[in-house]
Amino acid sequence: MAAEASSAVGSSASSAGGFAPFLVDSLFQRSLDDMIKALRSAPGGESSLIHRLLAEIRREIRSTDSDTKFLALQKLTYLSSLYFLDMSWAAFHALELLPSSVPAFKRTAYLSASLSFHPSSTDLLPLATHQIRKDLQSPNPSLSSPALHLLALSSSPDLALHLSNDLLSLLSSPRAAVHVRCRAVITSLPVLRLTPDSARAFLPKLVEALSPSSPLLSAAAGIFCELVCSGDPRPYLPLAPDFHQVLLECRNNWILIKILKIFARLLVLEPRLKRKLVDPICELMRRSPAKSLVFECLRVVFCSFPDEETAFQLAVEKVKEFVAADDDPNLRFLGLHALAMLGPGQSWAVEENREAIVKSLADPDPNIRHEALRLIMNMVFENNVVEISSLLINYALRSDPEFSNEILDAILVTCSRNFYELVLDFDWYVSLLAEMVRNPHFMKGEEVERQLIDIGLRVKEARSELIRVARVLLIDPALLANQFLHRVLSAAAWISGEYIQFSRNPLEIVEALLQPRTSLLPSPVRAVYIQAVFKIFTFCFNFFVNVGAVSDSKCNTDENTGAESEDSSDVTTFKMESLEMKELLTSKSIIYILNLIVTSLVPLSECDEVEVQERACNVLGLVLLLNGIEEWKTDDVDWRIDGKIREIVTVMSAAFSEELGPVSIHAQKRVLVPEGLELKENLSDLDVILRNNDVPSSLSISFSSRIHSHNEDMEESEPATESTSLLAEHRKQHGLYYLPTDKDENGSNEYPRANDVTNSVSSEKTTNDLLKLTDQSLISRSTKPAKPRPTVVKLDEGVDLPSSSSEYVKEPTGDLLSGAVRDVLFRSDETSSTIQKTLSENFTERRAKETSTISNVDSLLKDNSSPREREIGSSSSRKNKHHGQSKERNKNTRKNETKEEKGNRSSARSSHHHGRHKLKQRVESGDPSLDKAPQTQAIQDFLL
Amino acid sequence: MGIRFVLLVNKQGQTRLAQYYEYLTLEERRALEGEIVRKCLARNEQQCSFVEHRNYKIVYRRYASLFFLVGVDNGENELAILEFIHLLVETMDRHFGNVCELDIMFHLEKAHFMLEEMVMNGCIVETSKSNILSPIQLMDKGF
Repeated sequence: MAAEASSAVGSSASSAGGFAPFLVDSLFQRSLDDMIKALRSAPGGESSLIHRLLAEIRREIRSTDSDTKFLALQKLTYLSSLYFLDMSWAAFHALELLPSSVPAFKRTAYLSASLSFHPSSTDLLPLATHQIRKDLQSPNPSLSSPALHLLALSSSPDLALHLSNDLLSLLSSPRAAVHVRCRAVITSLPVLRLTPDSARAFLPKLVEALSPSSPLLSAAAGIFCELVCSGDPRPYLPLAPDFHQVLLECRNNWILIKILKIFARLLVLEPRLKRKLVDPICELMRRSPAKSLVFECLRVVFCSFPDEETAFQLAVEKVKEFVAADDDPNLRFLGLHALAMLGPGQSWAVEENREAIVKSLADPDPNIRHEALRLIMNMVFENNVVEISSLLINYALRSDPEFSNEILDAILVTCSRNFYELVLDFDWYVSLLAEMVRNPHFMKGEEVERQLIDIGLRVKEARSELIRVARVLLIDPALLANQFLHRVLSAAAWISGEYIQFSRNPLEIVEALLQPRTSLLPSPVRAVYIQAVFKIFTFCFNFFVNVGAVSDSKCNTDENTGAESEDSSDVTTFKMESLEMKELLTSKSIIYILNLIVTSLVPLSECDEVEVQERACNVLGLVLLLNGIEEWKTDDVDWRIDGKIREIVTVMSAAFSEELGPVSIHAQKRVLVPEGLELKENLSDLDVILRNNDVPSSLSISFSSRIHSHNEDMEESEPATESTSLLAEHRKQHGLYYLPTDKDENGSNEYPRANDVTNSVSSEKTTNDLLKLTDQSLISRSTKPAKPRPTVVKLDEGVDLPSSSSEYVKEPTGDLLSGAVRDVLFRSDETSSTIQKTLSENFTERRAKETSTISNVDSLLKDNSSPREREIGSSSSRKNKHHGQSKERNKNTRKNETKEEKGNRSSARSSHHHGRHKLKQRVESGDPSLDKAPQTQAIQDFLL
Repeated sequence: MGIRFVLLVNKQGQTRLAQYYEYLTLEERRALEGEIVRKCLARNEQQCSFVEHRNYKIVYRRYASLFFLVGVDNGENELAILEFIHLLVETMDRHFGNVCELDIMFHLEKAHFMLEEMVMNGCIVETSKSNILSPIQLMDKGF
């Protein structure tokens, strides 16, 4: 380094003697080692030091002396790659060093460029084109391989297009070192991606490299794996025989793993490949000492052929070794991971490892615990959900906070899946939720809140248990201090208000809801508490007035209730309880509640939080109203029959009597758009209108609104008319964007109400529809007599989920590259010659044509029928074509083709004419579901 | 499929080498490295070497004071990547003689070149130690 520096000084001094700054620069330039040492000794003040260093580098890198520039670039590269500094400003200086004849300079320049260049961060890449080409053509691998790196990592479509021919000649040149050709194979992947239509030229070379004896095999396997796994695998099906050959003959684990990955993808498309693969894969599993390879085999067997008995047995044996590897957490993790791939049909294999899995719940590694938990949750079915859940809940008590919540979450998710399909006994589930809350690490308040309310809405039979659970939760004053439970308590309060009729002792709940420690709750929850008090009190008072009166004249009630109610068992329990309740809800106890409410809510009527304040005031309003009436406090019975009190009670209970139900996620969609409302009309002219009027109108509006707020107290009507006049003016100008009013002028000073019952018949209709829907789902559930499971109200059954359809749509579309590859590998050679020609043509012309060829590929992609028809249609013309192609095709593919011909002939012999004809017809009619057909044909020979 | 990035990080969480095979902005890199390093350094010897992070799988291994972290796609074979890390360490060991953090700090370029010999665009191309090192030895001789 020192020698270099001194020579640099000499040269710069002699060549540019007048430029003293450069001399000083190179004399006192910090070396890379100096810089690193300085950074090491200043760990605290790094940022100021880096700032200083950068300033130095900025100065040095502009030097005309290449040594100085080189050192500066080296330092900058170091800093930018480790300290996240932007070095795009120095891109030009890196390019300046690329043509240097000093290997070290060149290497540093390439490294710096490949670390920092990207088409999105620099537009200087085209400047490097010439130099990269020169280096690619160099016979010296130490020049060509960094150039390939840069091309692979930072290429832009332009660069790829310009250099693809050089890359191609490097690929095929026998003179180039294997080392370089290997890299050229890898580099062809990004080039292919950027210029899909170069596939025609590249693919034959890449396929050639796929032979087991090729020195380029590892690179070729790598890029085919990448191509098959990241895009559409269908175009690569014809290569299955080549991959198979590699699988049989290759002994390199890295390559075998890649090949197995490729087959895993292809098996999805062509399950018949299985027959060819089972034996080699079993062989690998038995023989290979490499765990990585065995694991890859396991993955293929588990995912792709769980029905092959011997292979599956073998895989299960192997996975047991993984899961039981006590000394290696990696193998344990992967073993569990592999088991999780198994479907429900193979759950016996999971069951066999049950002990190890349960043991893994206590593993020191959270990732392993997580996998084990996932596996256990996959094994949960209707018959064991109770057992497993209680086991896990107990286990959660003993584990660390994070994992314990993970367990709770898993239980919540599994049990609530698909409208609680696993839960047969909701009383059990509700009490399970309550038990969960007692976990000291509990943090899943939101989800438990949601589920408690959801069950309340959907499952009528669970409501009495919900009330019981809610009571227990509400009464415990200790729970109020735990902030994670507030959401749960909110749900409990809501349930207690909504389903209070199932409670044995409403008084107790009111007391719980009004206990002093509720001041610990956040105000939204408090608001729910107060609302619950409101509902419970209304219920109690209603009961006190009505049921008390009714049970006085017993014979009357029996007739009435018997006629009205649908459920007889309900009535008997109700009667039993009503006797109890009657004793509970005397005028004395009602007065007690009234007083309790007044003492605890009066302070809240001046609360800061509007929600709390408003609700407190509502309750107090009712209480004061009732307090003002003296007659019900006496023992006199007459007031119950009629009078003011009865009126109030009827009104109040009517307010809460309607049952709340679940809302379908598609409810909004079912609301019909009112006639005359244009939702999809183009609003582009709105811009023009706004531009004209925006400034004055907004001014006047803001002005008037200020007046409005100012005058509000004194006069209410005047500002209103002012703003309505403005509004009317606006409406006159832009009537188009206003909803039509059926009441004219005099009604126009009111906004149309959001859902006006009077003028929208449609909304009524939709609610009817909704009701019908719930009825339907109720019926369909209740027709299963075998299960005593309570009904869960579902609203979204039978509605097509969008995901399934989108998946379907996705299939036929592919990326440009796979389209091009399909084009090549399925031998649709119509356009091949033209593309070949265009490739060798002048680049400028080429670019102009680019769009057209892309659309060409695109159309090929869409039109699957063309290669197929040719293949089926004329075997004689095929032969001719083979002769024509054989020059550019390599031996390997030729072998394939002859094989294929044989296959074709044999299938012809077995006279599938009829079927084929039908197929062809369907293809012609453009049936997308038959997309697979060409491939099955193409590798038929291989499968037979 | 394939390798997305290779990171060498010391015990304090400072990055000592970073090679990305896909383009991320500096901000993205900073965020990603911060998160990954925090996750991996918090783990102990009894825990497995695989961590999932965003859409990556991180395979990592600790050698003395250095952590080797490799980010791969979800479909990649974890054990093969562990073998790759080991190969990288062995290669560095052979060249530097019991490689340590300082070797990498002061020879960052060389470490990059070694990695370049082994991995290209996220694909492992060379697995023979002597093949990886022969161009490096040539460089040392001034070619």
